Amino acid sequence: MNEDPREKLDYDATFSCIQCGSCLPACPTYKTMGTETQSPRGRINLVKMAAEGKITLDELKEPIDLCLGCRACERVCPTHVAYGRILESAKVAIREHEQLSPVKKFQEDLYYNQVFPKKNVMGAGTNLLWFYQKSGLRRLAEKTRLHHLLPECISTFEEILPSVTSPVRRHRRPSRIAPKHTPRFKVGFFTGCIMDALFDRINDLGMRLLAAGGCTVAAVGGQTCCGALHNHGGRTQQARELAKQNIKAFETESFDYVVNTAGGCGAMLHEYPELFADDPSWKARAEAFAARSIDISELLARLDLPLQKEIRRRVTYQPSCHLTNVQKVVDEPKQLIRSVRGIDFRELDNPDFCCGSAGIYNVVHFDESMKILDVKMADVKAHDPEIIVTTNPGCLLQMKAGIEREGLQDHVRAIHLIELLAEACGLEDGVKK
Amino acid sequence: MVPKEKLTEQLHRIVSDPGRILTKETDLVSYGYDASFGFYKPDVVVQVKSEEEVAAVLKIANKLRVPVTPRGQASSLSGGPLPVDGGIVLDFSQWKEKLVIDSEDMVAVVSPGVITADLDHEAEKYGLLYAPDPGSSHFSTIGGNLAENSGGPRCLKYGVTKDYVIGLRVVSPQGEIIRTGGRTVKNVTGYDLTKLIVGSEGTLGVITEATLRLIPRPLASHTVMLIFDHFVEAAKTVTRILTSRIQPAKIEMMDQASIQAVEAFKPQGLPVDAEAILLVGLDGHPAAVADDAARISDIAKKMRVRSVKVDHSEAEARELWMARKLVSPAIAAKKPTKISEDATVPRSKIPDFCQKLQDIKKEYQIDLVVFGHIGDGNLHPNIICDKRDREEMKRAEQAVEAIFKAAIELGGTLSGEHGIGTMKRAYMPWELTPQELDLMKRIKMAWDPNNILNPSKIFPVAGPKLVQSR
Repeated sequence: MNEDPREKLDYDATFSCIQCGSCLPACPTYKTMGTETQSPRGRINLVKMAAEGKITLDELKEPIDLCLGCRACERVCPTHVAYGRILESAKVAIREHEQLSPVKKFQEDLYYNQVFPKKNVMGAGTNLLWFYQKSGLRRLAEKTRLHHLLPECISTFEEILPSVTSPVRRHRRPSRIAPKHTPRFKVGFFTGCIMDALFDRINDLGMRLLAAGGCTVAAVGGQTCCGALHNHGGRTQQARELAKQNIKAFETESFDYVVNTAGGCGAMLHEYPELFADDPSWKARAEAFAARSIDISELLARLDLPLQKEIRRRVTYQPSCHLTNVQKVVDEPKQLIRSVRGIDFRELDNPDFCCGSAGIYNVVHFDESMKILDVKMADVKAHDPEIIVTTNPGCLLQMKAGIEREGLQDHVRAIHLIELLAEACGLEDGVKK
Repeated sequence: MVPKEKLTEQLHRIVSDPGRILTKETDLVSYGYDASFGFYKPDVVVQVKSEEEVAAVLKIANKLRVPVTPRGQASSLSGGPLPVDGGIVLDFSQWKEKLVIDSEDMVAVVSPGVITADLDHEAEKYGLLYAPDPGSSHFSTIGGNLAENSGGPRCLKYGVTKDYVIGLRVVSPQGEIIRTGGRTVKNVTGYDLTKLIVGSEGTLGVITEATLRLIPRPLASHTVMLIFDHFVEAAKTVTRILTSRIQPAKIEMMDQASIQAVEAFKPQGLPVDAEAILLVGLDGHPAAVADDAARISDIAKKMRVRSVKVDHSEAEARELWMARKLVSPAIAAKKPTKISEDATVPRSKIPDFCQKLQDIKKEYQIDLVVFGHIGDGNLHPNIICDKRDREEMKRAEQAVEAIFKAAIELGGTLSGEHGIGTMKRAYMPWELTPQELDLMKRIKMAWDPNNILNPSKIFPVAGPKLVQSR
């Protein structure tokens, strides 16, 4: 690596920022940390400064690390600055610049190369999790810190982890479901790695909902992790490899749509073409893939779901930032929630404020994440919901953590939108206490 | 020059929370800019949260002769919050705790860091309105609005920021706490220091609390969009509307270059061959605004308008305003640098001014779009350029000077609402006589004999006229 890592910074993109300040009120870290340094305008300026050699990449690291990457700033920016691109460029530059310590390198390697991309390893980790939850080993593990063997993000959040489905049941899920009548759409189902490891039940319900709405659904083999966490970590090359594998997997059949159930993954799939800026043939394939890739709520909103059951609950909705800000899907989830009879839907005052989950932010920057979560929970509490609906596994875990943190677990629950709709369609008692 | 360590140590004795004193390099370079041009690094940033802290900081700064620059959220377009001479940046953006509405006195009492739109949002709960609506109201602080005497589209009907300030708490450069005005609309006791402080760009005193006038919130609103083949007809229509006993809240204009930029950016179905679009915002009683909207349509038809659109719902109104909202992103998509001017002329001179602007555009070969508050003569000629292109910037600089000159020759002013700051200080002698400037300087000297408070602003200094370095 002879090239100056600073060359990786997207210096040109920083010039489209006119420094007006529109982004400040939208930024969660500006709100909780209260300095310009931890704001979108501040970070763009710092990237520019680093590119000009006025500050070092070491100095740039902290404010870049502390950015959630929620990209709420992009949505309010009057000049459409490509903040996401500037942020990722800074991560790549910092990563190249850093001499990783051997221990850190080993740990990172474990997550990014061994755990997330490999479904069987993720599956094994989850199986272990299931086994130890059920066998009472959990208590022992907590005492002996055995749970540190599991990926850090899982161990930190184990308090609020779902009861993992038994491996036998997990693998019984059919990879293909057909509707009763002539199918309206042929859908490829993107399972995601964390989503499928921790919330595979939700994926199951998602497939069944699509089938109930008249779609043929196929969870094609060969698909892998979307690569979002790699890309957000400055590992563009690995993200590219994962993207290629997914694109190939879904090219094997002609799908009308490729549907996902995780806002964070969906955003990455949506931006696959950006990974291949210098590779025209893959870029074209990525564009074709991205054009068909949609969030499950977008498709469900267009289907005739057999919504039969009344659910008399006070419900609020915490949107996934990447669903809102990157995929620009805002209305469909709300429309679906409202379509369920009996629901008293209460919108948050500031729904677009990130919950603080942000990939693995809540693990790496636990304290900062909790301050952001506290702001979110104050908004939630003001609306006194019984159910918090989410559209992404990270948000789902974080909202569960928020409920625990506020001591609300007796009367508030966090669920995925799919669980709510599945319950309303009589697919499962997803909502019942 | 005072050693940085000594200064910081003294500041730590004043501000109990060490997290509110910023000295790291990354922090310092984050407080060196605003929405204008120029970059200056402060020595230390203090995030003040009480009047006592402000007073103590100013006492020390005055003793040590350290420059102090007050700053809200740095959305200024004139360089007001730039720490030109280094020293201390007093950051008010985190002091937003106080926002009290008294619906009986019809006032709001606010701390300086409150966001202007939040204040109006709170007033709305009581059926009241805070009228000034600068374009930055969703992210600018009230303290900054007061210092710069901000305007906005609604000023056509309601007036500017200074018309809504009835009392202030201010800390002088010597660190003394003073009050100006009070809680009544009428108050003629002594000199009107309130109006002197408002618009003084943070050079005379630091505002720590403001009592602001609220008015009854209008019940309804309407929007009318008028499209004209010829600019002159649009300008004449504005006068005709205002002399027909109609008082719109705002009249905004987009010129042909703005229309074309929007259509190239995100097509809205606007006719690119039209020379001007007017957007008229009406507010008041539902029957009155409906009647005014109808009358404006009639007037416009007599003035050879090409087409008239009146909104039938809030959604339709939003759609009509979308065209105007898209001007900024549309022009930013063309080139990254935007020089946003706010030279203002008497209403009768608008057609002349616009003609002049077109001449300037041709003469200096610049990319110029004109839009803004045509109803009160406050247009925003925006030069679109790229600050990395030195040759283009040179032409832009000459064009800016030509715009100032044209406005002043037509009996107008350098700045309608953005302020002088660093951006226009060099041109002050064009508009003011030496006697007038000298009187202003003497006021500054009387308030701030050691020249520590926001130095190098408003008054001309030696050196290049336009600040574009970054």
